[in-house]
Amino acid sequence: MSQAPFARRLLTVTGLDELGAYRVLRVADPDGPEPEPGQFAMLSALEGWGGGEHERPLLARAFSIARRSGGESHFLLEDVGPGTQRLCELRAGDGLWALGPLGRGFAAPEGGRRAILVGGGVGIAPLAILQDQLEGPTSVLLGFRERSRAQGAALLDGARVASDDGSVGHHGLVTDLLVAELQRDPEAVVYACGPAGMLEGVRAICERGGVPAQLALEAGMACGFGACFGCVVPKRGGGYLRVCVDGPVIDAAELERVDAHAAAPIGDPPA
Amino acid sequence: MSVEFCGLQLAHPVLNGSGTFDVIAARRAFGDQLLRDFPFSAYVSKTITLEPRQGNPPPRLWEASAGLINSIGLPNKGLEGYLAEDLPQIVEITGAGAAEVPLITNVMGSTAEEISRLLEACDAHEQIAAIELNVSCPNVKTGLDIGSDPRQLEEVVRAVRPRTRKPLIVKLTPNTADVALCALAAQEAGADAVSLINTLRATALAPRDPTLPAGRWLGGGTGGLSGPAIRVVALAQVAAVAARVEVPVVGMGGVQSAADACDLMDVGATLVAVGTESFRDPVAAARIAEGLRAMGAA
Ligand SMILES: Cc1cc2nc3c(=O)[nH]c(=O)nc-3n(C[C@H](O)[C@H](O)[C@H](O)COP(=O)(O)OP(=O)(O)OC[C@H]3O[C@@H](n4cnc5c(N)ncnc54)[C@H](O)[C@@H]3O)c2cc1C
Ligand SMILES: Cc1cc2nc3c(=O)[nH]c(=O)nc-3n(C[C@H](O)[C@H](O)[C@H](O)COP(=O)(O)O)c2cc1C
Ligand code: FES
Repeated sequence: MSQAPFARRLLTVTGLDELGAYRVLRVADPDGPEPEPGQFAMLSALEGWGGGEHERPLLARAFSIARRSGGESHFLLEDVGPGTQRLCELRAGDGLWALGPLGRGFAAPEGGRRAILVGGGVGIAPLAILQDQLEGPTSVLLGFRERSRAQGAALLDGARVASDDGSVGHHGLVTDLLVAELQRDPEAVVYACGPAGMLEGVRAICERGGVPAQLALEAGMACGFGACFGCVVPKRGGGYLRVCVDGPVIDAAELERVDAHAAAPIGDPPA
Repeated sequence: MSVEFCGLQLAHPVLNGSGTFDVIAARRAFGDQLLRDFPFSAYVSKTITLEPRQGNPPPRLWEASAGLINSIGLPNKGLEGYLAEDLPQIVEITGAGAAEVPLITNVMGSTAEEISRLLEACDAHEQIAAIELNVSCPNVKTGLDIGSDPRQLEEVVRAVRPRTRKPLIVKLTPNTADVALCALAAQEAGADAVSLINTLRATALAPRDPTLPAGRWLGGGTGGLSGPAIRVVALAQVAAVAARVEVPVVGMGGVQSAADACDLMDVGATLVAVGTESFRDPVAAARIAEGLRAMGAA
């Protein structure tokens, strides 16, 4: 796991690009440590954040590092509340506090297994940097609610898309695509990130098929580095895992199920 | 800048609030830079109970107006697990290199007997420099928080006080009619210091979103409010307590800057602690200590 500098760093926004319903926030970070795919950063804007004239946001928010390119870090945003709204207003030259990279990322495939990347909504973000770093053939299956969100698929190469409303690609759930893909090639390893309902579908399918799966989870976070014990999800056999330090990428075998209420919904749950 | 507190010599007056900084997890996230830039002049562990606790079901967090409601539920490995697994790892960090700060272990029990066992066990470990007693714990018989009633508090602290020779800090609950009376009671019963404020009881309802279950948001039902929203309450309570007691006072609640810390010291706090602000900025305490130094306040 890549360790983070012990201090948040003040970075400069280089741009905010539209990607359908999403935004890609780019920040200059030439000296930042190289993240592992699946790691995240806690972000807050320099201005208009911290409980001053704005009641919220107060705490920093967690975002997957979606890509590293030419000394920049990229984040994929969906405006779902005061924090993401504020970040979506940033312009080139604005200041951004970043703490990270944090957490445990995805582990490389073992035993020559082929990687299947399964993403839902804004949860496709960590799969982009994962695809950048994986060697060998991979399949990319992405699910979205509707057409403007499905434009997010351009973040990855060669994605096959499912949409809830049938406006793009397969009319149905991304897990339908996963079932078909595993029938063709059961010697695979699945990497997934998305809303809790989708992750639970992926987990159950992989468990039935005996396919290893790594799930990037989400949970409401106050700190991102194990200090508050706020970000827990139930672990198989009892007790809890802290998503920020035991995850966010967690081996599916460690979970009995992905609890819909445990992982904070992040705005784009498939129907 | 160095300050004396209950016989401990501290490099500066800024600590962490119990339960708001896990040095073991922070070492994993930040590596050895944590040891070099250790932000607190003493490290307060999160609350330890006799038996292990899993903590409350999620969700455990709610961001309120300029504040945070938490309903963590004091997860911990229990006394035995703490001493066997956590303590060696904590002192490897707090006792290393530039850090070398005293360890204050925070404990909680629901009866004088339970607290006595916790204090005796801590007393036997020389790595523990002082003990903080969290009295925001319901008495099993009355259901009232031990610390919310001055008479009950005095009785319990008096009963457990002889069980340790280490400095004993009583962490008062702010959820009481008169916190100064509680502080006096703790002092009369032999506390060497008092600390306040703990979180204010609070709750939140789920967002009005058809995809979410309606009702209470927090898995634990209610929680405690911290952060800038409680700063003015902390100032009032610390002032009220410091005006009545002789023992040193550790002030906390919503401290984000050196100016906030200075305010608490102006009304009588000897030390200040930082909680929620460390979530936003893990080296906030170092920044605040530096600011105090620059202001000549410490
Ligand atoms: C590891 C990780 C990686 C993530 N990666 C991304 C990413 O790449 N892109 C992205 O867009 N998002 C990502 N998220 C999700 C994002 O951090 C959250 O959605 C964040 O809460 C958004 O903040 P907000 O202020 O915009 O919305 P919030 O107001 O926090 O609302 C978001 C959700 O939180 C809940 N909520 C609402 N109000 C409150 C409140 N007052 N207190 C607590 N919870 C509330 C609701 O369920 C709501 O739907 C990630 C989360 C994690 C943990
Ligand atoms: C997430 C969280 C966990 C806490 N856990 C404990 C605890 O275990 N024991 C305790 O005595 N106080 C605990 N507290 C209270 C803090 O130590 C402190 O008294 C309070 O948060 C006020 O300070 P702040 O506004 O700077 O956070 C906790 C606070 C928070 C926010
Ligand atoms: S977000 Fe604070 S412990 Fe995970």
